[in-house]
Amino acid sequence: MKPRECPLPPDVITLDRLPAQTEATIHRVRTLELDGGALRRRLLELGFVPGERVQVLKRVLFGRGPLAVRVGSSTFAMRELESSLVEVVVGTGAPT
Amino acid sequence: MNEHRADAPLIALIGNPNCGKTALFNRLTGAHQKVGNYAGVTVERKEGRFTSPAGRTWRVLDLPGAYSLLSATPDEAVTRDVITGAHFGEAAPDGLVCVVDATHLRLNLRMVLELKQLGLPMLVTLNMMDVARARGIHIDTARLQQMLGLPVVEAVAVRPGGEQALLAQLDALGWSTSAATHAPDQLSQALDAIAQAPVEDTHRRVGEILLACTTQPAHALRTTAQLDRWALHPVAGPLILAALMFLVFQAVFSWAQAPMDLIDAGMGALGDLTRAHLPEGMLRSLLIEGVIGGAGSVLIFLPQIVILFGFILALEDSGYLPRAALLLDRLMASVGLSGRAFIPLLSSFACAVPGIMATRTMANPRDRLVTILIAPLMTCSARLPVYALLIAAFIPERTVLGWFNLQGLVLFALYVAGVASALLVALVLKRLLKQGGAQALLMELPDYHLPHLRNLAVGLWERTRIFVQRVGTIILSLMIVLWFLSNFPAPPEGASGPAIQHSLAGLIGRALEGVFAPIGFNWQICIALVPGMAAREVAVAALGTVYAMSQTGDELSGALVQLIGHAWSLPTALSLMAWYVFAPQCLSTVIVARRETNGWRWPLVMVAYLFALAYGAAFVVYRLALAWGA
Repeated sequence: MKPRECPLPPDVITLDRLPAQTEATIHRVRTLELDGGALRRRLLELGFVPGERVQVLKRVLFGRGPLAVRVGSSTFAMRELESSLVEVVVGTGAPT
Repeated sequence: MNEHRADAPLIALIGNPNCGKTALFNRLTGAHQKVGNYAGVTVERKEGRFTSPAGRTWRVLDLPGAYSLLSATPDEAVTRDVITGAHFGEAAPDGLVCVVDATHLRLNLRMVLELKQLGLPMLVTLNMMDVARARGIHIDTARLQQMLGLPVVEAVAVRPGGEQALLAQLDALGWSTSAATHAPDQLSQALDAIAQAPVEDTHRRVGEILLACTTQPAHALRTTAQLDRWALHPVAGPLILAALMFLVFQAVFSWAQAPMDLIDAGMGALGDLTRAHLPEGMLRSLLIEGVIGGAGSVLIFLPQIVILFGFILALEDSGYLPRAALLLDRLMASVGLSGRAFIPLLSSFACAVPGIMATRTMANPRDRLVTILIAPLMTCSARLPVYALLIAAFIPERTVLGWFNLQGLVLFALYVAGVASALLVALVLKRLLKQGGAQALLMELPDYHLPHLRNLAVGLWERTRIFVQRVGTIILSLMIVLWFLSNFPAPPEGASGPAIQHSLAGLIGRALEGVFAPIGFNWQICIALVPGMAAREVAVAALGTVYAMSQTGDELSGALVQLIGHAWSLPTALSLMAWYVFAPQCLSTVIVARRETNGWRWPLVMVAYLFALAYGAAFVVYRLALAWGA
């Protein structure tokens, strides 16, 4: 079964749905089936690891463009493709 | 002390993008740099050398920035292959200097741990220590050294003397050329092990190290976040970007005027001096018309090129460029490009060659190909001399709408025409080439900082040197060839009209005139187009030579403006401007595109479509201008 179809726990959302300026904690990073996990690996390398705090700084073009995302002490520009792979829980605590 | 240069140990600077690696490289080597390419790929290879306090000579390689040894881009692949000695024609470095941004230890240390598994001689340099201290980040270097099991030194690459600790450590370690003998299969095993290891584990280890060695204030002052409030604002952001771009193009025209006049006067004086000291004859004519007139009419554009490059380098150094890419990503995506294409395309405004080379940071092959194909549509600095000449001759210098310079506005419009057609071509290519599905952007937005003057100076010096070298070699030799073509054979006895009409150049021009007459080009323009293929800016020098065979050198560049102002109709001038928006690119662009796309297919497609667009656009503009009675 593709990870995309897994039912999410009620408090988990993907990063592309996270409202701007809301602190959240990374729960899990999904694998993109097409690329054999390369994008997931790159996200992890860039610091998108479970337990890390994450925040959407800006939604460019009123939410229709790419996001500026702060993770750890770095900021990244992300499109929906990669931000929808990152599952987060709102708040700074660990998911239940 | 008396080591030969080839025996000097080779160290490689390796680190994340934006860690200040290149600033450290510039600090170590100053102007002792050699910029070239790695064999077979167009990834820029920068090597330099320096002498440490103990008197040893070192060779140093500035590797492309990488986040990981498991490459996602051509850049990262080169870095991995060079350090493991797997790159063809490239000796493995004798030691690695891993450059780490002290303000972003988390990401940087992860790669240090990855690199350490290769077991190569290695030391860690904590760069940007000044910024880290200012932010209240405390790092226990001794403890870090102990936990990493690697030598650690502190550095401030942008400050004089900021590299001293690194130099002392290099002397203490005494790496030598013989030290590095690594079995290739051992290294490839190590790479496999890195690929197998879960990334989370290395991050956990980094977390432990950070906890033990560093203290960070809970709420650091975030200048970057405050600036981004404006720079990425939905309304203010695009306005700031547009204003910046507009400022750049106005500056290129207005600030450059004084130094250009100076060069003009200097060339004139040189011509007078030559005339005063040489007897009338062939040699004098060659020197004044071919050499001083030809090369001088191109050299005069150096100030404009320096200003344009200065802005691009400053924007790059300040960290603004990736923000601009983010703002434009949506627009670029609508024509099938990535926001990442913005940086290569912006570089193409200076020159398409480094622009095409900058596409190496793009992971997706299709995105890269489209970016390479449209890069020549960005108005490169070589076209600036042509535009500048035509604008000076045909567009009145006037202030419109309060403070805009009309000439600057026309120049801006020509640049916009290039960009607009690039977007259209990208859209067509998107339909023609198979779309590889949605693409990731995933691009770091580094912290803002003020551009460092020394870095800017080194970068500008590099560009200036390349431009002057071109003027001195390619352009000068083409000018001499053209001078001969324009002078031989001599006109028959009793012939009327200028001598050049009877020369070989005149014959070529007349032969081409049939092809170009429908778009309003006369035979003089046709002659200038031929050497203009080798390098676009040569067209101006060629026009200078063709028109001013009888002129004296000091009158040449100034007089050319008036000469063509009288000789050409406005429709012809407008048509030539339109031609140069698309102008088939110079030979170096074609060669770089061939190397980058591994074959002749795409460069030929590029040349063909540019020719067709140039001819079509010039035709439409010429006919419309004629119909309007301009």
